[in-house]
Amino acid sequence: MAGRKKMKKSTRSNLMTFGFVIAFWALIEIVRMTGHMTAKIGGLLIPVCAYVVMAISLNLVVGFLGELSLGHAAFMSAGAFAGIYFYTTAGAALPQWLAVLIAFLIGGAAAGIFGVLVGIPVLRLSGDYLAIVTLASGEILKNVLGAMYIGSDSRGLHFSLKDQFSLGMEPDGKMLLKGAMGIMGIKKFSVFTVGIVLILITLIFVTNLMNSRAGRAITAIRDDEIAARATGINLTKYKLMAFVSAAVFAGFAGVLYALNYSSLVADKFDYNLSINVLVMVVLGGMGNVLGGIIAAIILTVLPEMLRGFSQYRMFIYSIVLIVMMLFNQAPAFVSWRKRFMMRFRKKAPVSGKEGI
Amino acid sequence: MALLEVTNLGISFGGLQAVAAFDLTVETGRLYGLIGPNGAGKTTAFNMLTGMYRPSEGNIRLDGVDITGKSPEYISKAGIARTFQNIRLFDEMMVLDNVKVGMHNRMEYSMWAGLLRTRSYRETEHDMNRKALKLLKVFGMEDKAELSASALPYGQQRKLEICRALASDPKLLLLDEPAAGMNPNETQELMETVRKVRDDFGIAILLIEHDMKFVMGICEEITVLEYGRIIARGSGETISNDPRVIAAYLGGDDD
Repeated sequence: MAGRKKMKKSTRSNLMTFGFVIAFWALIEIVRMTGHMTAKIGGLLIPVCAYVVMAISLNLVVGFLGELSLGHAAFMSAGAFAGIYFYTTAGAALPQWLAVLIAFLIGGAAAGIFGVLVGIPVLRLSGDYLAIVTLASGEILKNVLGAMYIGSDSRGLHFSLKDQFSLGMEPDGKMLLKGAMGIMGIKKFSVFTVGIVLILITLIFVTNLMNSRAGRAITAIRDDEIAARATGINLTKYKLMAFVSAAVFAGFAGVLYALNYSSLVADKFDYNLSINVLVMVVLGGMGNVLGGIIAAIILTVLPEMLRGFSQYRMFIYSIVLIVMMLFNQAPAFVSWRKRFMMRFRKKAPVSGKEGI
Repeated sequence: MALLEVTNLGISFGGLQAVAAFDLTVETGRLYGLIGPNGAGKTTAFNMLTGMYRPSEGNIRLDGVDITGKSPEYISKAGIARTFQNIRLFDEMMVLDNVKVGMHNRMEYSMWAGLLRTRSYRETEHDMNRKALKLLKVFGMEDKAELSASALPYGQQRKLEICRALASDPKLLLLDEPAAGMNPNETQELMETVRKVRDDFGIAILLIEHDMKFVMGICEEITVLEYGRIIARGSGETISNDPRVIAAYLGGDDD
C-alpha cells in the first residue's frame, strides 16, 4: 500500500519536472511561431539548455552524492573539444545530423573518460579532496587545451604545445586546433528542440537512476558513509557511477553549447563557469532537480537581460540571488511556500522532502 | 560447526593494544552479550568482526569461511549485519528506502535495468517493497514507511536500524548498545523485539549493552571485556557473581 503511494509521490514530482521542460519548449515554440522571438532571446536558447543539462548533471554529484565538485566546466570543455574536433574533421564529410549525433557520443565519451581519470584516484578518499582536485584539473585542462596546436596536411596530423609554426606544416595544411584561438570555422548547428531533447534524456537518466537500487546506494553514501559501507555498499563504485555519469552529461552539454557558435575556445570553460553551475544547483535546492532547472534558466537569462543597466547589472543579479536563496532555503519562506502549494494538491501527503 | 568462530583476535593502534586474545564461539539461534566498562574494546571488537578495522592478529571464521581482514562489503554479503552505538540512519531518505538499502546485495538488478525500467527492475522493486514493509511490520512501523528517517522518534530510529540490518538477511546480527537512551518501557519492549527477531529469523545475535537488566534478561551467554581482554564468560548468574566482573564494574574493594 505504502509502496504504491510512494510511487505516486515520486512520479508526481517527476511529472512536474518533465511537464515544466515541455511547457518551456512549447512556450518558446509558440513565441517563435507567432514571430515574437527576438534575436537576443533566440541566441540564448541553446546556452540555456546547455546550462540546464549542466545543472541537472552536477546535481548528481553535489545534491545526490553529496560531494563538492568545483570543476564541472572541465567536463563540458572535454566534451566540447572532443565532439567539435570530430565534427570539424571526419564529421565534415558526413550528413550534418549524423555528424552531430556522433559528435555528441564522442563528446560524452571523452568527458566520461576524463571523469574516470579524475575520479578514480580521488573518490577513494573522503573529505574535501574532490573539490580541490576537480578545481585543479579544470584549470589544467583549460591551460593545456589553450596551448595545444593541431594541424593536418598531406603528411598527416601535426601536434605541438608551442606554437603554430613549430608544427612544420606544408603551406596548404589546415589548422584544426589553434591554441588560445581554439577551433574555428565550426558549421553552426543550433536547434532548440535538440537542446530540449538532451534535457529530457538527462532528466530521464537522473530520475530513473535515483529511483533505483544504484540511486539509493548513492544517496545512502551521502547520508552516512560509514553506515553505507557497513550495509555492503561498494563506496568507490557508486561514487564513480554518480561522478562519471555527471561528467558524461556535462560532455553532452559541452557539445550542444559549442555547436551554437562558430568558434570554440578553452578559456570559456573556466572556474567561473563551474561556480555558476554550482550556484544554480545550490539555489535550486540540492537534490531538487526542478529547482536546479529553474535556477539555471533564470541565472543564464538574467545577466543577458540586465546588459542594458550596465552599472546596476551585478547589483540586481546579486539581489536576485539573495531572494532566490531566501525563497528556497529560509524556513519561513519554505513553510509559506508549502502552505501555498497545499492548496493546489488537496490530498498530497505532507513530507519534508523535496527532490525527485 | 559453530556459526562464528573467533580465535585470538587482536588489534593495536600504534602502541596501544585495544583488544587482545579475543575468543568467541557463536551458535545459530542464540543470544550473546558483550559487556564491559567504557573503553574496554567492545565496539572495537565489533569493528573487527564487520571489517571496519583490520585485525592485527587472530582469525575470524563465519560458517567455516575465513573472513579475517575482509572488506565490510564482503562481510556484509557473507552474512554479518550490524547497528551502531550512535544511530546511523540515512536521515534524508524515506524509512522504506532505508530498509531497501539494507537489501542492496540481496536483491539485485543492474544499473541499466534501473535506467531502462526493465521487467526485472519492476519485479525486484515490487518484491523489495513488499519485503521491506513486512520487516517494518515486525517492528510495528509499517505506517511510517513514507516518513523520512530523521522524522522518527528516537526509539523507532533504533528499531529502524535493526530493521535495515535484518534486510540484508544476516546469519549474525551485531547490535551496538540497542537500548542506549531508552526509557525502561522502551527497553522492555526492545527486549521482546530482540527475542522475537531471534526466534522469527532464526539467527544469532551478539549485542553490546550497558543496561544490565537488558543483558541479564535476554542473553544466554555473556562475555565480559576489560582493557581489551576477556575477564569472564558465562550465563548472567555466573557473571554477576564473578569477583573480577564486580571489581571491574564497581571498582576494587580498595577504592
